[in-house]
Amino acid sequence: MSGEKSLLRILSCGSVDDGKSTLIGRILYDCGILYEDQLALLEKERTSEGLPDFSCLLDGLLAEREQAITIDVAYRSFRTATRRYLVADAPGHEQYTRNMITGASHADVALLLIDATRADKGLLPQTVRHTAIASLLGIRDIIVAINKMDRVEYKQSAFALIEEEYREKICELPFRSVYCVPVSALHGDNICHKSEATHWYAGPTVLDILENWEPVNATSQPFRMPVQWVARQGDFRGLAGTVVSGELRPGQKLVVQPSGVTATVRSLASFDGNMPMAARDQSVCVQLEEDVDVSRGDILADEDVPLDVADQFAARIVCLSESALVPGRSYIFRHGTSEANATILSLSSCLDLNTLCEAPAKELKQNDIGSIKISLSRPLPFAPYNENQDLGGFLLVDRVSGNTVGAGMLQYALYRSHTIQRHNFTINKAAQATQKNQHPCVFWFTGLSASGKSTLANLAAQELYAAGRHIYTLDGDNLRHRLNRDLGFTMGDRAENIRRAGEVACLLADAGLIVLASFISPNKEERAALRERFESGEFFEIFVDTPLEVCAARDPKGLYAQAVSGKIPNFTGVSAPFDVPDNPDLHLDGTKKPEELLVQLMRFIMTQV
Amino acid sequence: MHLSPHLHALEAESIHILREVAAGFEKPVMLYSIGKDSSTMLHLARKAFYPAAIPFPLMHVDTTWKFREMILFRERMAKEHKLNLIVYTNPAGHEDNVTPFTYGSARYTDIMKTEALRQALDKYGFDAAIGGARRDEEKSRAKERIFSVRASGHRWNARNQRAELWRLYNTRLGLGETMRVFPLSNWTELDVWEYILAESIPIVPLYFTKERPVIRRSGAWIMIDNPEKMVYEPGESLELRRIRFRTLGCWPLSGAIESEAESVADIVAEIRGARYSERQGRLIDSDQAGSMEKKKQAGYF
Repeated sequence: MSGEKSLLRILSCGSVDDGKSTLIGRILYDCGILYEDQLALLEKERTSEGLPDFSCLLDGLLAEREQAITIDVAYRSFRTATRRYLVADAPGHEQYTRNMITGASHADVALLLIDATRADKGLLPQTVRHTAIASLLGIRDIIVAINKMDRVEYKQSAFALIEEEYREKICELPFRSVYCVPVSALHGDNICHKSEATHWYAGPTVLDILENWEPVNATSQPFRMPVQWVARQGDFRGLAGTVVSGELRPGQKLVVQPSGVTATVRSLASFDGNMPMAARDQSVCVQLEEDVDVSRGDILADEDVPLDVADQFAARIVCLSESALVPGRSYIFRHGTSEANATILSLSSCLDLNTLCEAPAKELKQNDIGSIKISLSRPLPFAPYNENQDLGGFLLVDRVSGNTVGAGMLQYALYRSHTIQRHNFTINKAAQATQKNQHPCVFWFTGLSASGKSTLANLAAQELYAAGRHIYTLDGDNLRHRLNRDLGFTMGDRAENIRRAGEVACLLADAGLIVLASFISPNKEERAALRERFESGEFFEIFVDTPLEVCAARDPKGLYAQAVSGKIPNFTGVSAPFDVPDNPDLHLDGTKKPEELLVQLMRFIMTQV
Repeated sequence: MHLSPHLHALEAESIHILREVAAGFEKPVMLYSIGKDSSTMLHLARKAFYPAAIPFPLMHVDTTWKFREMILFRERMAKEHKLNLIVYTNPAGHEDNVTPFTYGSARYTDIMKTEALRQALDKYGFDAAIGGARRDEEKSRAKERIFSVRASGHRWNARNQRAELWRLYNTRLGLGETMRVFPLSNWTELDVWEYILAESIPIVPLYFTKERPVIRRSGAWIMIDNPEKMVYEPGESLELRRIRFRTLGCWPLSGAIESEAESVADIVAEIRGARYSERQGRLIDSDQAGSMEKKKQAGYF
């Protein structure tokens, strides 16, 4: 059956009330694939005009039925004699844009609805927004169904007005095809059947376009496969994954990235016997001739055309979380089958979805689409998103909640990451540590202002120094006088303050020193990121737990008094939050006497150094 | 047998998902309910990790009211494929004699399936549970992600689902959270049957038509699997009918259909021309409006 067509994934989108759910319901109905019990439901659910309410087939959540809106993406399957379809029906409200993006990332074609009765009122922002998002996520073909033609007496002028305005608005977006079709989802005009009422329209119906859709030709792309899983059985060792580009055959030469080791394909194992060839989107298990070190997260690539490897990128990103994405904060970066730590270096601009122009921005709020520079903890092989979605798409994940807070698209590697090579010096951390006869590590004191962090660090430093240890004491206030003098107390600046302090601590530990660092460091994500910057056994979080009332009563610098009177904004404990550590390495009761605490502290420190 | 392009695509997607689960979680489990969807999942899991064994256990939450042929089939599969199979039954429900006859179907399902599943997941400390649910089964399922987070207490928050882009699944969990994973999300009932046909996947014989003892109840044919345990209502009488099942569950709650389908090919032909959706045979979904969504909020799979 070589004439069979592939699965086609459709995104249905458009502003709220333009009739998306109704249109999909109509397609299901016209294709004759509704079951009797679903038809019975249609009989019960009627619109105010007494026509069947097709949207009742899709809006599935109770809240959606109650509010008569679509909240989340609904996936619907249907098939015709020609092909099998999967429709992602995306919500129209702006606040659910992240759900729309979920649908768009899986779609081959976008089906956008516009309400014809609004012809004289101009395009709705959500119409433009959805078109831009579809384009941004790489959808190349868009069908614009200008709906509710029955309500404008099927007038060509209404249709032409919208078509002209729409085409002009989106002419810069790189679509392969843009079809405009006059339809009535309620009555079924030009959906699956050509309408008698629009004799002036000679183009195809919505279904005609879908049935004849062909993918963008993707042959002759170089081979790429992120390794998902290493399958071991006796002597057999296979690298399992999904081919995301190109083809693979036994005998082919590959390079394992990022390590750069080369290897040859021995066989493509599968449950149904060895395969002669594997193509894009197929799942395979690759057996190599050579016994090379490969694990999950590595990418197998064509030896002659390897991927670029970089650790700093320019990228587009959609903010998916309720709290803003902030430069300086650290996130988990998921890409292909690998993970790294990432920091947003800077925010270049934010896309204005009304004008489709870039505008300057300080932070990215939920649903904002921004251009950023991002830095990773290690170099990764990648491809620009517009070349390959699997190798250019990434997620930013909050390291505490585990939530997906950003969806990004890599554009290009920053010039710097190509040219800056790490140099391996002979006198390294191990050599430094041996010379000083100690185990370099960082003791990180966290707690409210005036909790006693610096006092304790200072006492401990004296003891260690007296014992002949090589130490350094880092202090938040002192660092802010020099290295961090350009930073304030906004969320982003606080994150950058801690990031820099962590980097300094890391350099000092590299020099073989024992570091005592006192920073309020109120944010647990930032503390978690710090920990991951170090090897295990090198970083210890010490929580100086002193109640706010006690700190405020001490108030040696008079800061609490000023904070309470509103003179100092964003003061931790008063007007900014402090995340209590869940699981510190050492928990000190700050209400006890410093001498008493020092005994407890030194007992802990001496077991580590 | 040749796989059509769309089955090929669905198979590759499911295999990709199963491998991500194995790689992304510390203690995943595959829920095995013995039906056609579970049989398909088992087959896909064997393919995903071939030639190695499936790297996670399978678990059947047994209400003790499953068809006898289902249990025989389960034991046969476990033996043939050397599966690491866990069978769990809610002990409290069992001791209190919670049966489909003593309790309403909603309450019975809640205790013996929903509550039992929660207990089992907590008991073994599974952080991810793979289920065979499909988006075409029911409207709230059409809205659920493939990787679906459950808050502590196994609750599903339909309004706050993670964005799920590309083939890139976020397997991270917050404190107290667990994951439900649905590798067959994008399959339809017909896809499953066509795949079973193409791949010659073994299934429970109850899917094939045979003359079986039944009664008529609430407009459905209920097969008497265990006459000793059957509780009749006034006016019900036993008869023999040529019936088969579209979905399998607890025998007192599974409605059969009259059919002449004796092979998988017959079933595919029958489903292609089917006029009623698959779940209409299940007595538990129509208890109350939005009933599946409410069950899921409470922790039903």
